Amino acid sequence: MTAITKKVEQKLLGLNGDEAVARAIKQCNVDFVAAFPITPQTIIVERFSEYVANGEVDTAFVCVESEHSALSACVGAAAVGARAFTATASQGLALMHEIVYIASSLRLPIVMAIVNRALSGPINIHCDHHDSMAERDACWIQFYCEDAQEAYDTTIQAFRIAEHPDILLPVMYMMDAFLISHTMQNVWVLPDEVVKEFVGYRKIPEVEIPFYGKVPFAMRPNVPLTLGPLDLFDYYYEHKMQQQAAMERAPDIIKKVHDEYAEISGRRYGDGMIVPYKVEDADIVLMCIGSTAGTARVAADLARQEGVKVGVLRIRSYRPFPAHQVRELLKGVKVVGVLDRCGPYGAIGGPLYVETCATLYHAKERPLLVDFIYGLGGRDMSVQDLRGIIAELVDVMRTESPEPTLRFRGVRE
Amino acid sequence: MSELKGWKEIPIAGIPFKPGTEYKTGSWRTFKPVLDDSKCVRCLLCFVYCPEGCITWNETENRVVIDYDFCKGCGICAAECPRQAIEMVLEAA
Repeated sequence: MTAITKKVEQKLLGLNGDEAVARAIKQCNVDFVAAFPITPQTIIVERFSEYVANGEVDTAFVCVESEHSALSACVGAAAVGARAFTATASQGLALMHEIVYIASSLRLPIVMAIVNRALSGPINIHCDHHDSMAERDACWIQFYCEDAQEAYDTTIQAFRIAEHPDILLPVMYMMDAFLISHTMQNVWVLPDEVVKEFVGYRKIPEVEIPFYGKVPFAMRPNVPLTLGPLDLFDYYYEHKMQQQAAMERAPDIIKKVHDEYAEISGRRYGDGMIVPYKVEDADIVLMCIGSTAGTARVAADLARQEGVKVGVLRIRSYRPFPAHQVRELLKGVKVVGVLDRCGPYGAIGGPLYVETCATLYHAKERPLLVDFIYGLGGRDMSVQDLRGIIAELVDVMRTESPEPTLRFRGVRE
Repeated sequence: MSELKGWKEIPIAGIPFKPGTEYKTGSWRTFKPVLDDSKCVRCLLCFVYCPEGCITWNETENRVVIDYDFCKGCGICAAECPRQAIEMVLEAA
């Protein structure tokens, strides 16, 4: 987070990531919330149901019997034009899986908070990115937040991005389990009316239907639309192409909404897509997503005190992936250590490594690339661990050999 | 089928060019429910059970109306009617 001059008077509150999300949702004119509690997302649902019970929000809140139902209910609500929100983690997201694809293909701007938790089995409630990486290709916009403040800010931006008439794709944004979700932090909170004005009410875009002409893109009894019909080899591909086109338009809108939000809040996360730290003159860059970025910056600064030029590149928007910026920012960098909090299982590396490899393939000058799998099931990633990784990358730079390119950090032999 | 259109020309989200209400699925029917108004006690159980929303209450005429444009002739209304006021009649060939 880069602070610029604050334009709006804000309150500083002690909130954990889950509470920060619940508070942001309270301010966002959300019409409909359906959610099922699952550790470590539970506090979001608990806090929000308190707001509902206290009459602090006019949101319709539905307690459902599963996550599959939670997202299905949001699909229904969003289809009639409501602003819908849900939140889940791990097994809950896995259970939602088929509806995750349906929500994006029906072009419903649902916003969903994910607290990244390991997938079973063995059963584990702590942080890694297996759950949301499994939904990587579902055509949802995916943000990975670094701390509770960013989770708060991203919630507010997410509705504007998802509901933009040029996008109309759902947004999921991630917080690391416990490291963000349950860690109390100083969070700057905007006044209610400022957030309400920023997000506004959900506007229903128009859609051109040959039978009617232009009609609102929402289920209305007087203008019946059919949503989710059978779509075979003659048109399915065209509808998928429309999703791809919306995803291609997303970076500009993500950056624009991020800029507008920075104007009122004074907070920036790089350009909204990617957050570089001391990358310009770096020989070695640590690439990561989520809460590890903060630890990596500390390790980079310590390395710089010893004369090793280390930078950190955090991917905020994983979908759409900021490939162009990655290529530009890594120009002149000698070695890149990619940090993956997700297993590779038969691939050449974790998902961020594979993405980065493919991104750099077309670059004229490519840095040496090493993948470090870390932190599975909540295994700690300390400054000391990252200093060890930097030492290995210094070796890679000296020997000019990245082998082995896939390394497992913090696992016992 | 008319000429296939490109992805920039069609509605998003897989919305068909005309709504489902324009396809008269009543033509799928083999047996047609016929209601005898003199036996009907207006309990509206048929309305509750109809899976297609084809049975409505006409308040001005004080009678139950079946929409044959969409009724597929499943026969649930006839089976549920406590007064046997609905008879399933074979459609003319």
